[in-house]
Amino acid sequence: MKMRDFVVRFAGEGGQGVVTSAEGLAQTSTLVGYHALTFATFPSQILGGPTWTQARISVDPILAPGDDVNVLVAFNKDAYDTHYKDVREDGVVIFDSTEFQLEDDGRSFGLPFEELAKSTGNNRAANMVIMGALAHLIDMPQKHLESFVEERFNRGRDGDAEIIRSNIEALGLGRKHIAESGFSLGELAPPEKPNYEQLMIKGNDAISIGAIAAGLDFYVGYPISPATTILLYMERNLVGEDRFAYQVSSEIESITAILGAGYAGKRAMTATAGPGISLMSEGLGLAWMAEIPLVVVDVQRGGPATGLPTKTEQSDLMSCMYPAHGDVRLPIIAVGTVEECFYGAIKALEWAEKYQGPVILMTEMALAERSQNIPKPDLSKVKQAKREVYTGTNGYLRYAGRELSPMPIPGSPGAYVANGSEHDDMGDTTHLGERHVQMTERRFSKIKLLEEDEYERDQTEHSVVVMPWGGSKGPAQEAYITLKENGVPVGWYYTIYLNPLPPKMLEELKKKDLVIVPELNYQGQFSSILRSMGVKAESITQYTGLPFKGRTLVEKITEMTNAHLKETVRV
Amino acid sequence: MSKKNPEYDFKWCPGCGDFGVRRALELAMINRMEETGKPMENNVIVAGIGCSGNMVHLLEGNQPYGIHGIHGRALPIALGVKMAQPSLNVVVVAGDGDFLSIGAEHIGPQAARNLNICAVIMDNGVYGLTKGQSSPTTLEGTVTSSTPFGKLESKTHPLELYLTMGVSFIASGFSGQPRPLSQLIQQGMDHPGFSIVHIQSPCTAYNDTFLELKGDLKNGIQPTLWDIPDDHDTSDKAAAHELLQQGGVPVGVIYHDTERVSLDENVVKTWEKARPKTIEQMMGAFEF
Repeated sequence: MKMRDFVVRFAGEGGQGVVTSAEGLAQTSTLVGYHALTFATFPSQILGGPTWTQARISVDPILAPGDDVNVLVAFNKDAYDTHYKDVREDGVVIFDSTEFQLEDDGRSFGLPFEELAKSTGNNRAANMVIMGALAHLIDMPQKHLESFVEERFNRGRDGDAEIIRSNIEALGLGRKHIAESGFSLGELAPPEKPNYEQLMIKGNDAISIGAIAAGLDFYVGYPISPATTILLYMERNLVGEDRFAYQVSSEIESITAILGAGYAGKRAMTATAGPGISLMSEGLGLAWMAEIPLVVVDVQRGGPATGLPTKTEQSDLMSCMYPAHGDVRLPIIAVGTVEECFYGAIKALEWAEKYQGPVILMTEMALAERSQNIPKPDLSKVKQAKREVYTGTNGYLRYAGRELSPMPIPGSPGAYVANGSEHDDMGDTTHLGERHVQMTERRFSKIKLLEEDEYERDQTEHSVVVMPWGGSKGPAQEAYITLKENGVPVGWYYTIYLNPLPPKMLEELKKKDLVIVPELNYQGQFSSILRSMGVKAESITQYTGLPFKGRTLVEKITEMTNAHLKETVRV
Repeated sequence: MSKKNPEYDFKWCPGCGDFGVRRALELAMINRMEETGKPMENNVIVAGIGCSGNMVHLLEGNQPYGIHGIHGRALPIALGVKMAQPSLNVVVVAGDGDFLSIGAEHIGPQAARNLNICAVIMDNGVYGLTKGQSSPTTLEGTVTSSTPFGKLESKTHPLELYLTMGVSFIASGFSGQPRPLSQLIQQGMDHPGFSIVHIQSPCTAYNDTFLELKGDLKNGIQPTLWDIPDDHDTSDKAAAHELLQQGGVPVGVIYHDTERVSLDENVVKTWEKARPKTIEQMMGAFEF
């Protein structure tokens, strides 16, 4: 049987081409019609440090980075020692034989990356030597690789022809050397080219384009891993008249500046990671209190304080939902795939304008840096985020009543004070108990406007269900497919709307005996929120800085389901 | 609030310097309305927290827009308002605690940006609303509720700080002279860049400096206030530094840089270089 799916891991030092190799392989594969997904993890330093990137190539759409490695490309001995154990028994290791030597173990193959590259006259073609070798291992036709090289290096410059020639020669050298070794993984099934248009894009870029498509006018941010790429995208693309993208001096400036812009009528957004969310706490409370639309993207990384800046985790849910002192519970959209990054950003802007308040869009490092082929978004389905704007005369009571009211825009009649102190109808500070009651209820009533109908459900007849959130969706989905094949009696629920949850979904969840929540944090944050809402939820937690493996989830979910069913029988 | 709002129960103490600042601010906005033909709702007052922050609720007559935000963050909120709608006249009102202690980190960046807003700072040398703690402009050695053995830190010199940080319009005024003060504020508003009008606005409850500011010549008390002479060259930074070495409280324009370009003007310049793409083009970069 031909292979339908394989995983290549590139491991070495930062700067050795670990990332470009994986990206190159993924791009080449998608060009031919395969599906591809990359997963990267970096050290937090500019040059050097142990780095690895993984590319998964498949005939079918891909849900997760992949549990096992078919091919390890080791750029140095450390990389080999660290990652060797993750290689499947029938896998192959290609290592740089100019860096180190290994005893013959029947599955490792040394290739002098640099030497071969140099022999083509192009010192930078080492990646192509590796690609050529990989292509041979999976029997990928040479013409695919050559067309990739031609496309990539045809940049209208004088040296293009020579660069293309040397890269193609490097491909051939890698292929020739490994062919002589006799190694092969078997043939990868031919691609089933999707019949729709596609993008090969990273999560953070998808968020950026989604937000601009929804009508984003104003973006400010402060550099922080792994959210910086959104700032960089905006600085280059949210440009021209009536658009503003800008780097400010701290996350405190980010949140307060977008608050000022939201107040002044703009669709405003910033993106940050955990430390930024902590600094934005008070500003988010002000936006909630004064009813000012804005979106904050939290690209989660690991741990409190500086934590693990370049690893992935889902441990900011509590700080995003309850970021501030006082009675605050912010709307949360948490995306789980690169495609959801695009649509989630659109929804977040729509929500902020709709309920006139702050919305948090949660994503995570593993999605931010993941390149994946996705169906090209259909722009005809994209709605521009719209605010109900006050168009009357002066003397308006901005905060009258217990529900949403139109928002005046400075420059036009309807002047009022947007107040972070408790206030009366016109926005003046008050200490009256009945006002605090009215305004608190007003602020919480608006959340109802955001209730959605859409959510994923499958095999809902079972009393035990799996419900991941955010980036754990992929591995959980992969596990769920296996669980279904294994006949484990579990159902499936999923939504990107964590607050408010789709009401119908919540009703269904409350009727379940056990809702299993895979999540990347120690405390089981989402399951504890679900339990507070009357859902019998329990988490599967992991806090290694890496995403779940599908296999781990299959084991744990099977275990939990069986244990639960046994208990039920005993009762 | 244009009329008395019975629900709003905050009051400045009798004799508070902020009354004079309010009058000056109202006059400046009214004058500006007449001169520019723009309505009152073209003004946005961004207030800090403290006695001074209540300014935004206490303005009389036609009402401007206002934000009564969080402590220390009036400047970056103003950054957002101004860059969202550069045609608005954005004014920050804050006290010495709000502006120079918790909010001090935002002065430098706005000065570097030359953000086109006017900051009206009410300096009373004390935290009034929390009942008399020491502030950055409290004199060293002063006994306050939070410094029972006398203040241990030296006094901040705000005007020198602004000058060093590169604020492009700096004026110093006194709350007891609302008309001349309104002219300073209006000059600040008209200045196309970051302007600060730093005002001595005494706190009658915890740090009443009226007497020392105005002096009492009959009783031999020299005023600390002194008018900046007409021949002071406001475009000369060295002269401004020198002027500040003379001590006391100068009244008038200390420094005025008419050359510098503001952030919003710089942004407009980028429009020539920028090549805005359609969403289709943005996605096109990721097609294969």
